[in-house]
Amino acid sequence: MSKLKSWKELPIGGVILEAGSSLEYKTGSWRSQRPIINREKCIGCLFCWIYCPDSAIIRAEDGKVDVNYDYCKGCGICAAECPVHVIIMKEE
Amino acid sequence: MMEQKVIAVSGDEAVAYAAKQCKPDVVAAYPITPQTIIVERFSEYVANGEVDSEFICVESEHSALSACIGASLAGARVFTATSSQGLALMHEMLYIASGLRCPIVMAIVNRALSAPINIHGDHSDIMGSRDSGWIDIFCENSQEAYDFTIQAFKLSEDHDILLPVSVNLDGFILSHSVEDIKALSDDYVSKFLPPRIPYYTLDAEKPITIGALALPDYYFEIKRQQDEAYKKVLSKFKEISREFSKFSGRKYDVIDNFQIDDAKIALIGMGSTIGTAKYVAKQLRKKGKKVGVMGIKVYRPFPSKEIIKALENIKALAILDRALSPGALSAPLGLDIKALLYEYDFKIPVINFVYGLGGRDISPKEIVTIFNRIEKIAKKKTMPHGYEYIGVREK
Repeated sequence: MSKLKSWKELPIGGVILEAGSSLEYKTGSWRSQRPIINREKCIGCLFCWIYCPDSAIIRAEDGKVDVNYDYCKGCGICAAECPVHVIIMKEE
Repeated sequence: MMEQKVIAVSGDEAVAYAAKQCKPDVVAAYPITPQTIIVERFSEYVANGEVDSEFICVESEHSALSACIGASLAGARVFTATSSQGLALMHEMLYIASGLRCPIVMAIVNRALSAPINIHGDHSDIMGSRDSGWIDIFCENSQEAYDFTIQAFKLSEDHDILLPVSVNLDGFILSHSVEDIKALSDDYVSKFLPPRIPYYTLDAEKPITIGALALPDYYFEIKRQQDEAYKKVLSKFKEISREFSKFSGRKYDVIDNFQIDDAKIALIGMGSTIGTAKYVAKQLRKKGKKVGVMGIKVYRPFPSKEIIKALENIKALAILDRALSPGALSAPLGLDIKALLYEYDFKIPVINFVYGLGGRDISPKEIVTIFNRIEKIAKKKTMPHGYEYIGVREK
């Protein structure tokens, strides 16, 4: 993470002057549990992709899914929704 | 100085008239006694085409201030008004207005808070909001209500400040009493107060994010920055008032000192009671008593240095509060002044009175009693603890 700014360096009122800056905020650091997908058994139904509240499930070219760990907060919704139970949550 | 029109108006009408001359782009307000006349008059101005404001009739005060915040952030000049329960309903939005650095001018026609339900004037409403980061100005009469409303826009919209301002006037005592005031011409108000120049503008080509989340890593810095703007308010107020006096001939400062310079004892307070206190102090002077009165004009940010300097030769002091801070050491202004005296190592006896709750009148006779009490504590050099009540039936 870049150096934290002092109050003198911040735009007035906490305004963010560049669009799309949330991409720089890697919320994956909040995670205490990491989803692990067993890609062998994944059926590519995309339930996890639909349900992920952070759009942190990525569709792979083979029709299956991967996790973007930069933004995955580890909520476990993907694991709970997976109809074939191939996503497990592992302690970080 | 220019020629001015003398008009007979109530305090509320004076505010509405001033607001009209300031040409706000957006007014979002919900009527509540005793602020109602402000909203009624302003909506008439809009209906008659006398002012080109977008008047938003909202369903609550929470929505009123929310709409004002949105409009202010979009770059508009914004005005609203409320009282009592209305201000209480705005409470969470008050902090958002100041935190997002929104220039907004709001007339608060001070009224007691329920329960018991009451529509008359006291300062309970504004005192409950005094930590919300607004600039709080108190008026002694309708002329001040008119003058401060105009100056408030200039202060609020200044790029060194960018903070919302409340202009406080006592419910009924000022809001519904008709007085002669001197009003500037529309042209002169426009000259004093040109259209607002927004600090940020909403531009689809250059998008910005307003109101983003700030967690423990940034919230404190943003609040620290906001506090810094507060520190510039008093000098900016003086600068704007000097400019305003060139137009109006009326001089204002952050405090109003009356017969203070050579006074031995003094009374400090806010709002319309200061007018009564000045009258009493004048009478007492005729009897050879060296009494003075100080009216606080800008309550937040608190004019510490100005007050302490004015009190230099004072031997004892009464602080009048038209509000309670239940369970506290003293009432709100009492606490401020006591802390101030401690900070400047200025040990004089002071006595804090709570008066006038729920619109209870305070008479000149009671103010004489207060001055007599100050004389007593000055002689005895004793400091009464806590606060006392004046004008309440104890038996």
